[in-house]
Amino acid sequence: MPVKNFVVGCFAEEGGLFKAVKKVRTSGFKLHDVYSPYPVHGLDEAMGMRQTSLHTAGFFYGLFGVIAALGGMAFCTVHSWPLNFDGKPHFPLPAFIPITFEFTVLVSSVGMTLTFCWLCQIMPGVKKHIFHPRQTDDLIVMAIELTKDAQAEEVKKWFTDLGAVEISEQKAETGWWYGNFAKPAKYEQEIESGETVTS
Amino acid sequence: MKEQFVMPAKLRTISIVLLAIGILALIIGIFALGGPVNGTRFWIVLLFNAIFFLFMTLGSLIILCAATLAQGSWHIAYRRVIEAVFMAMPVFAIIAFIIMMCIVWGDKSAIYQWADKTLVAHNKLLQKKSAFLNPSFYTILTVITLGMWTFFGFRIRRLSLKEDMAPAGTTKIFWKTYRIAALFIVFYYLTNATSTWQWIMSIDVDWYSTLFMWYIFASLFVSSIAVITLFVIILRNFGFLEWITYEHLHDMGKFMFAFSIFWMYLWFAQYLLIWYGNIPEETTYFTIRAWGSYHTLFYLNLIINFCAPFLILMTRDSKRNYTIVAYMAILVFIGHYLDFYLKFMPGPLKNNWHIGWYEVGITLGFIGLMILVVTRNLSKAPLFPKNHPYMKEAIIHQS
Repeated sequence: MPVKNFVVGCFAEEGGLFKAVKKVRTSGFKLHDVYSPYPVHGLDEAMGMRQTSLHTAGFFYGLFGVIAALGGMAFCTVHSWPLNFDGKPHFPLPAFIPITFEFTVLVSSVGMTLTFCWLCQIMPGVKKHIFHPRQTDDLIVMAIELTKDAQAEEVKKWFTDLGAVEISEQKAETGWWYGNFAKPAKYEQEIESGETVTS
Repeated sequence: MKEQFVMPAKLRTISIVLLAIGILALIIGIFALGGPVNGTRFWIVLLFNAIFFLFMTLGSLIILCAATLAQGSWHIAYRRVIEAVFMAMPVFAIIAFIIMMCIVWGDKSAIYQWADKTLVAHNKLLQKKSAFLNPSFYTILTVITLGMWTFFGFRIRRLSLKEDMAPAGTTKIFWKTYRIAALFIVFYYLTNATSTWQWIMSIDVDWYSTLFMWYIFASLFVSSIAVITLFVIILRNFGFLEWITYEHLHDMGKFMFAFSIFWMYLWFAQYLLIWYGNIPEETTYFTIRAWGSYHTLFYLNLIINFCAPFLILMTRDSKRNYTIVAYMAILVFIGHYLDFYLKFMPGPLKNNWHIGWYEVGITLGFIGLMILVVTRNLSKAPLFPKNHPYMKEAIIHQS
C-alpha cells in the first residue's frame, strides 16, 4: 500500500468542519477522509460520496437465504426422502416459511455485517493509520492528501483560515495492514523521517 | 409560509360529493336491501366501514402517543395532520356506536349470534362465553372504550393547542403530554383486546384467536400511517406544509414498509398455527376464506398488503419519491380495507358476498366524511406547532 503525505486539520465543532468540507470540493485539494467520534448527519452528502450499495447486497443475501432454505428443505423432505407429517401435503409450504424467514434474516444480517466490515476495512486484527489519537474522542479530523497542486504550506494556511484547532503534516500509510498496533517495521523509518509539525 | 390551513374549494366539493354518494347509497340501501328490519348485508357493511374508519383514526392517536413516548421528533413536522386525523375519531365513534347498538339490541342475530337468546340457550359454547358476550356488557364496555379514547384524544389535542399559546421554551406541556400518552398506551393495550374481541372476533362466534388483537393492531397502524401520508401529500400539493421534505416522506415510507411486514408476520402466524393444529373449530375460519368463495380476495389481500409494499417500498429512492409513496399509500389503504372486509363478511354473509354499489357507495361516503372532518380540524389550528421543543429538530430532520 502506498505511503503518502497528508496535512491533517482538526476541528472542535461540526460547524467549522462543514464549512471546510464544502470548501474543499471547490478548492481543488484532494480530500482523503474525515474521521469523527460520532456519526455526523449529512456529512456524506456534503463530501459528495455516493449512496452505499450495502442495501443491494443485503437484498441479494436475503434472496440467497430464501432460495437456500426453501430449496434445501424441499430437497430433503420432498424430493430426496419424501416425508409425511400428520397428513399434511408433501410440499407443506406454510411449515417451511418460519425457517425460511429466520434463515433469510440470518444470512442477510451476517452477510451485511461482513460486507460492511469489508467496505469500511474493519476487522479484528486489521490496522489503519490513525491521524490523531483524539479522532475517536472529541476531535473531528480531516485529512487532505498532498499532490503537486497542493503544497503543504498552502493547505496549512487554508486550514488556519477555516479555524482548525490543530494542524499537522504527516506521512502515512493509506491502506490497511494486518498485525499489531505497532506500525510495521518496513514503514517505520519512512514515517519517522517524515517531519511532524504542530502549529 | 402558510401557517393557517384554509380548506381548498376543490377538496370541499370532492368531500361533499363523496358524502352525498354515501348518504344516497344508505337511503337506497334502506329500501333495496331490506333496510333496518332484516338486512344483514345492510348492517354488516355499515358496521365494517364504521369500525374500519374508527380504527384508522384511532391508529393516528396511537402513532402520536407512541412517538411521544419514544421522544421522537420525526412526526412533529406534521403533528397537526396527525392530530386532525385522530380528532375525527369522535365522529366515527358516534356513528360506530349507533350502528353497534342497532345491531346488538335490534335482534340482528345473523351478525352477532351471541345476542340472540334462543340461540344461546341451545349452544353450550355460547353459554360459556355469555359472561363476556352479552348485549349489556357489550354496551357498557363500548361506551367506556369509545368514551375514554375520545377523552384522551381531546386531552392531547387541547394540550397541543395550549402549547401554541404558552411562552416559547417551556417544556411543562411536553412532559404533561408525555404522561397522558403513557396512560393512553396502557389503556389502549387493554381495550384493544376487549374491543376487537367483542366487535370483530365475536362475529365468527365459535372461532377464537389469541393473536387477533395484534393482527388488528398492525392493520390499523399501517392504514393509519397511509392516511396520514396521503393527507400530508395532499396538503403539500395545495401549497401547505412547505417545511415537509422528502426526508419526512422517507420516514412515512419506512413505517409503511415496516408495518406491512409486521402485518404479514401476524397474518401468517395466525394462519400457520391454525393450519398446523388442524382443529375443526379453528379451521372453519380459514376454510371459507382460503378455500371458499373468498379464495381470490384472500390471496389478493396478501399480495396487496405484503408483496407490493415489500418489493416496491424496499429501495431508498422509492421511499423518497412523492408519487410512489402516494400510490403505495392508496394501495395500502385499499389493501387493509380488503383485509377488514375479509374479517367481517364471511361470518354473517357466508358465500353471498358482494362488492357492489352499496359497499362502494358507503365506503365513498365514509371517505368523504373523513376528508371533511379532517380538513375542518386542520383549519381550526395553525399547521406549525411553533412552541414544540422538538420543532427545530423536526424540520432539519434527516432520515
